[in-house]
Amino acid sequence: MKNCCAIFNRELRSYFTSPIAYAVLAGFLFIAGYFFYAILSSFLQYALRSSMQAQYYRMAPPAINVNMLALRPFFYNIAIIMVFAVPAITMRLYAEEKKTGTIELLLTSPVKSIETILGKYFAALVLYTVLIAATGIYQIILFTHGNPEIGQILSSYLGLFLLGGSFIAVGIFVSTLTDNQIVAVFVTMILLLLFWVIGWASDFAGSTIGGFLGYISLLTHFDEFAKGVIDVKDIVLYLSFIFFFLFLTWTSVESVRWRTK
Amino acid sequence: MIEVEHLTKQYGAKTAIDDVSFHVDKGEILGFLGPNAAGKTTTMRILTCYMPATSGTAKVAGYDVFENSLEVRKRIGYLPENPPLYTEMTTRGYLTFVAKIKGIENREVKVRVEEVMEKTGIKDVADTIIKYLSKGYKQRVGIAQAIIHNPDVLILDEPTVGLDPKQIIEVRELIKSLGGDHTVILSTHILPEVSMTCGRVVIINKGKVVASDTPENLTKRLKGSESLFLEVEGPRKEVETKIKMVKGVKKVDCEGTTNENVVGFKIETEINKDLRKELASLIVNQGWGLLELRPVGMSLEEIFLHLTTKE
Repeated sequence: MKNCCAIFNRELRSYFTSPIAYAVLAGFLFIAGYFFYAILSSFLQYALRSSMQAQYYRMAPPAINVNMLALRPFFYNIAIIMVFAVPAITMRLYAEEKKTGTIELLLTSPVKSIETILGKYFAALVLYTVLIAATGIYQIILFTHGNPEIGQILSSYLGLFLLGGSFIAVGIFVSTLTDNQIVAVFVTMILLLLFWVIGWASDFAGSTIGGFLGYISLLTHFDEFAKGVIDVKDIVLYLSFIFFFLFLTWTSVESVRWRTK
Repeated sequence: MIEVEHLTKQYGAKTAIDDVSFHVDKGEILGFLGPNAAGKTTTMRILTCYMPATSGTAKVAGYDVFENSLEVRKRIGYLPENPPLYTEMTTRGYLTFVAKIKGIENREVKVRVEEVMEKTGIKDVADTIIKYLSKGYKQRVGIAQAIIHNPDVLILDEPTVGLDPKQIIEVRELIKSLGGDHTVILSTHILPEVSMTCGRVVIINKGKVVASDTPENLTKRLKGSESLFLEVEGPRKEVETKIKMVKGVKKVDCEGTTNENVVGFKIETEINKDLRKELASLIVNQGWGLLELRPVGMSLEEIFLHLTTKE
């Protein structure tokens, strides 16, 4: 536990003493801000047009749902940006240690691999949480000018958090496979995109495989959260996904100790 | 303290070390000597539990490096070839981190960090970011990192590389002072380092141990013959033939002339036969001038070359 904390502290501090955290934060907030603006603008345009139409036909103005037409697409877009932002967070976790040789310090110290992995995982998760927390400012704007539903916002954030946790688990695993951060970033992105779109295949694949593909698609499960539905089934999927990839990470790290040839 | 038995490590088809066995007693400083790519680093990495051996066993303080890796890792300090530094941290921050993961109690961490910085002479760069340190300082931070938890066994892979002559002497003194309490293995390809710091030497070449002894014994044992150096003022050819006729002389080499009449000879004689008296009287009787006559020991360089270059 103490080792885990020491590694967690070091990783987190390293994020904020190197430019990585700031670069990712700035890039992410820039893009997220643009999406927020674009989505909100088109939502307003739509609202304006439909109320004018209502006036023209002398009908009651339609109830336009900010939750479905602004919030849901916004969180959806944030999730897609994360496919590109998370690899930048996770790429260095092991690749850098391998490159600079500090992995020798970790592997020859009385620290269990699981402690190292969890320390690193949670450091990345904290940085990720800072990223999604920063988008809270947009929700404040929505609340001051409209009446979005707090429940849906919270469930979307829970979904984003679990989704990010899964992405980071994939990223940390890929990072153990190489000592090159560029390779780590690229492979992680491809894998995340794959897990994102794999559900599309479920439409035309056979019923058994299709069902499975649909189930492991991170997209379909996130959709539930973005709609404001929290289902135990989805939470379990994300948690087991995280567990599986952390287990792969552990195997990859420990395999150095097993490989006798 | 360290027992290595029949250790073999293969990387694919390539054999890095082959049936290496040696042991180190408590408090001893062992020099691990060998040319580049001889298998020094591989052996050290196995001892530090960084990688497993293909076959054979290694025990540190009674614990097997494979079976009881965690116990072994608690008891070793390791300085790899490239010091494992987090270059974005300050010296103090880095050492504090290492102290924590080496299992030092939280309340002792601060004291230990200060102590070890004092010992390795890096107090003046305590708050400098490691990235900006010179190679010599980085190396010293690396040594500080290895000794911070007062390990029973210290494994240093080429600890003096990249240091200036003054620092080299300081580091050697430091290593010497660590012997006694700690068991030290240090690898090097710098020969004087071994004769200066180590109580015992293991010479390794192409993955095999070719010799293991004290530097003095090694020198003695490897001499198939004893050598004398002789400088004479007299006619060169004649002196050479006369010397060759002395009983017990195996070989005579001419070793540079300072002027026409002064000749230096390197004379190899049979073991345990001191021919100095005979040679001296021969030269004096002939009426030549005896300028110098002394026994020549085999240097560690010669032994090393002898052992690592023979087929």
